[in-house]
Amino acid sequence: MSTLKVIRRRIASVKSTQKITRAMQMVAAAKLHRAQMNIEKARPYTLKLRDTIASLVIRTDPNRHPLLAVREPEKTAIMIVTGDRGLCGSFNSNIIRKAEAAMQGGEELILVGKKGVEYFGKRGYNVAQKHSGIFRYLNFGNATAIGEMLNRYYCEQELDRVLLIYNEFKSAVQQYVVLEQLLPLKPAEIGEANPVEYIYEPSAAAVLDAILPLNLNMQIWRVLLESNAAEQGARMTAMENATDAAQEMIETLTLHYNKARQATITREIMDIVGGSIGME
Amino acid sequence: MSAPKFRLEVVTPEGVVFSKDVVSFKAPGSEGQFGVLANHAPFMTSLEIGPIELFDGSESYYLATTGGFTEVLPHKTIILAETAETKGEIDIERARTSLERAQKRLEAKSPDLDVERAQLSLHRALNRLRVVGVK
Repeated sequence: MSTLKVIRRRIASVKSTQKITRAMQMVAAAKLHRAQMNIEKARPYTLKLRDTIASLVIRTDPNRHPLLAVREPEKTAIMIVTGDRGLCGSFNSNIIRKAEAAMQGGEELILVGKKGVEYFGKRGYNVAQKHSGIFRYLNFGNATAIGEMLNRYYCEQELDRVLLIYNEFKSAVQQYVVLEQLLPLKPAEIGEANPVEYIYEPSAAAVLDAILPLNLNMQIWRVLLESNAAEQGARMTAMENATDAAQEMIETLTLHYNKARQATITREIMDIVGGSIGME
Repeated sequence: MSAPKFRLEVVTPEGVVFSKDVVSFKAPGSEGQFGVLANHAPFMTSLEIGPIELFDGSESYYLATTGGFTEVLPHKTIILAETAETKGEIDIERARTSLERAQKRLEAKSPDLDVERAQLSLHRALNRLRVVGVK
């Protein structure tokens, strides 16, 4: 009897866990949808910005702007983008592993996401900036805040190079860990230049000066959006797997339960039969 | 004859805010405020903090921007703004508090004050309040 009770209790507990994972899966799916829409919404701006920079770069000397200046990388910063929350498979741990492999010592860390802040904060790394809890209400202001700070440090030569590690959103079930260079900005690939001759006010160079910091903010914004979508995708997949595993466990346990129940009934019948034979 | 119109799009990183045929618009350029009518020559300038006023022939719309730039092409104009908030989106209380905070910071004149930042914040707050029509 006691084993029956134990099994019944285990089934109930697995079922309630499954309810939670299934709910989380559905929440992640809804958030993923929203995150993907945000990526879509940012696209017109990104495309236009790139066109404009391309047409400005050919009209000015692109090397004169400080954000494009390439220096000997003595002081490097790495911006590490993790999520704020766990239960999303290897989303955060992949980033952390990649970041530790990329470090050569002496880099400053710019941490985005609570998980990265928790991990690197405790281990004596040189943490310059922490941005945790921004993904819940992600807005362009978050990107601007990071961008303006980097812009200032880079132009004052406090930093010579800024690298970026984040999860790129490929599809709902695929994320790639990407390591790329954020600063110096790579001069835009010159595609077919816009043939229109504009009147620039005050001058093409001044307009370029105003646009490049915007471009930096936009890069950061794109990365935050990508990482956010990737996180939701990863969580959705992880929770789907957890729900399936729970289902399998429930089925096995139910089988055990039925076997045990049958065994008990058989034993009881045998007892009764034995008893009635004894009475005769 | 009604005034000629042209397509105007206001695009921010968070989406397309405005897309409509307009008669004219005014925007805060880095060399001062400017206005554009249909058939303007190709023109490009960066924007400062300030109000954008759009007129579609019967109604005026106001947006508060914190900067960006504008590209005018013969039949289409694109305003790429870092932010562009309509009256309804502006949080008056928040703008008021940040206005007061910036004013206090500028008056206190402490040695470690980032004057530029405080002034920018002051401008942004004033601009928002102006667009809402409170100030």
